[in-house]
Amino acid sequence: MKKKEVVAMLLAGGQGKRLKGLTKTLAKPAVYFGGTYRIIDFPLSNCSHSGIDTVGVLTQYEPLVLHSYIGVGSDWDMDRLNGGVFVLPPHEREDGTTWYRGTADAIFRNLKFIDQYDPEHVLILSGDHIYKMDYDRMLAYHKEKDADCTISVIEVSLDEAKRFGMVNTDENYRIFEFEEKPAQPKSTTASMGVYLFRWKLLRSYLLQNADLPDTSHDFGNDILPRMLADGKTLYAYPFEGYWKDVGTIESLWEANMDLLSEHPKLDLNDPLWRIYTRNPNQPAEYISPNGIVRNSMINEGCTVCGEVEHSVLFYGVEVGEGSVITDSVIMPKVRIGSHVRIHRAIVTEDMVIQDHARISPPPEDPSQIVLVSGHDEDVLKLLQSSSSHNNQG
Amino acid sequence: MRELMGIINLEHERDVLSELTYYRCGAAVPFAGRYRLIDFVMSNMMHAGIEDIALFVRRKYRSLMDHLGEGRPWDMHRKRGGLFILPPDWNDETDVSAGELRHIYNNLDFFERGAAKFIVHSGSQHISTVDLNEVYEYHLEQGADVTLVYTRVNAPREEHRSCARLEVDEDGMVTDIHYEHKHDAVYMEMFVMEKSRFLEMADHCIAHGGNNFFRDAIMQNRHKLNIAGYEYLGYHAVINSLESYYRTSMNLLNPKAYNSLFRKQAVHTKIKYEVPAKYLNSADVSNALVANGCQIDGEVKNSILFRGVQVKRGASIHNSIIMQKCVIGENVRLENVILDKDVIISRDHKLQGDFRKPFVIAKDISI
Repeated sequence: MKKKEVVAMLLAGGQGKRLKGLTKTLAKPAVYFGGTYRIIDFPLSNCSHSGIDTVGVLTQYEPLVLHSYIGVGSDWDMDRLNGGVFVLPPHEREDGTTWYRGTADAIFRNLKFIDQYDPEHVLILSGDHIYKMDYDRMLAYHKEKDADCTISVIEVSLDEAKRFGMVNTDENYRIFEFEEKPAQPKSTTASMGVYLFRWKLLRSYLLQNADLPDTSHDFGNDILPRMLADGKTLYAYPFEGYWKDVGTIESLWEANMDLLSEHPKLDLNDPLWRIYTRNPNQPAEYISPNGIVRNSMINEGCTVCGEVEHSVLFYGVEVGEGSVITDSVIMPKVRIGSHVRIHRAIVTEDMVIQDHARISPPPEDPSQIVLVSGHDEDVLKLLQSSSSHNNQG
Repeated sequence: MRELMGIINLEHERDVLSELTYYRCGAAVPFAGRYRLIDFVMSNMMHAGIEDIALFVRRKYRSLMDHLGEGRPWDMHRKRGGLFILPPDWNDETDVSAGELRHIYNNLDFFERGAAKFIVHSGSQHISTVDLNEVYEYHLEQGADVTLVYTRVNAPREEHRSCARLEVDEDGMVTDIHYEHKHDAVYMEMFVMEKSRFLEMADHCIAHGGNNFFRDAIMQNRHKLNIAGYEYLGYHAVINSLESYYRTSMNLLNPKAYNSLFRKQAVHTKIKYEVPAKYLNSADVSNALVANGCQIDGEVKNSILFRGVQVKRGASIHNSIIMQKCVIGENVRLENVILDKDVIISRDHKLQGDFRKPFVIAKDISI
């Protein structure tokens, strides 16, 4: 196998429990975003644009959608003779182990995959984040600092800091402390879950960590603090730009709404940094004579006969006459009948919304985001009651 | 389906869409917001499971080749067979063939090598969703020498003038072929026949100085051959003039036409990775087809926007077709115009064409 300078390992096995019905049957990296994308398109496209052509995708939770989605990787230009994209689900081994026990363990179990390419560095990525980043520039920084490990970091608010792995650095960005989800954060510099390691070194730490009994086999909790304790050189790579961890229904909704401003921070229209995705091959969308669309993103294959304001419509969505959709995210192939009212909702793929249905947050909590998914019995009841109510009226 | 091989023959398609065919052949003309005309016949062949296509090109085929690539969007990048673009690279000095028959003569080895026993021959100007498998089955059932595909057109228009007409009896057999304009059974420039028969007839035709297979081999022998007529009932349009291009495009704003062309089966085209269309605060869009990558902050009525068009605030676009990556500046007024790719109209300009004869601006022009 041809030697590679960098091999990327993309952690895509997480469930994303806080996304509730959205991740009932698929892993978080497969969740839809931005009218046409799935979250994993972002790290994969970043790799493609950064000249990284060898990517292992580590899957575990509900991998069916992800596996078929990635395929041979041609959409991300990853169907290569040397390298390419490889889906790496956990497998049974001679010692009886099966599931990945943690992020570090997932990499440890694929030592052989990485060793094939004899890389100098390994880039660890997460399939949970939305951002555009040139990993090649990070690599140049990593080499310039002659670091053992470089962690990409971003400034967050003090409040948000409690949700992330926080790093404390000196003025030269050398890291002296690492705190995973601290109750009292000391800084506002958060790890983005993007790590570059010298492979030989990481390899030895993974081997060591695998045998330890009381460990979570996790990069943030175990490997990084261990390296720091051993006096290895860890540097923070400050990233500026849009970065979003869409861990909750609210943050996923917000990230979609972020795209609707006139000049969004995340520019998806950059011809030099296209986000690649599977193309659903739909005809140009049709806006009917009565259709009204403003401050919205509409994908091909949609038919809009009603009003869409400040919303994101994925491909193949139908909006019937007299229906009004505001501040919502409507995922692929949702069929919305006529005279429907949808406000502040995320409607998941393939849902059928009956005529006259009303979907909006409860009056006692108008800031809530309603998730309408086929897996959510409460919502189904709500829809049934609203349509039966209308039948009576 | 390995039984059937596709031949897409662009030899007779003159580049008659004025400015739109200055730099490209008719088959490569952009259509319906994100397609090229050739996508429809390519997709029909794909849906019939055809895995070998020979494409005869003659002129201005660079953009067509760029569009088709190795045929991947139509699943034609096969280990065996797949898409073959056969340009007119003819070097046989003993060659006496003429016209489109030269394509056949110079690619005999290609035809003989293919595993398919039958060929389906088509052009690119007839837009349809015809099921070629059904045509093939019908051909076998009828036990015909050749099966011609036709459709009935209620009120034949100018674009049908150059189309042959078929007289078909109640058994589905063609009794006569002519060009009487008022006759409604329009031949769709599509036929199915056995490959060996096709090559044999082409050979005979070449030997007798013919240059057009349909006219010299089929039409001339219409009383000797067993010719079946397959009636196609779905969406149909012929695009062989600017006027028919404009009217056919605009007709897609009628949901009935749109659904019958696009919802019966997927039409495949070259993949671009554009972001979904964005409608800004002053967007006022109605009765329009919009492709991905557009950014709209103006008025768009009864119009078609291709991928990546920008419509600035205060601009208004009526009854127009705006192709890929055009930029329509602030307060521009466009009515009954067709802008080819990459046209930039700077602010405050006003362009108006006639409803019957749109004003066309060629590719890459800035105003």
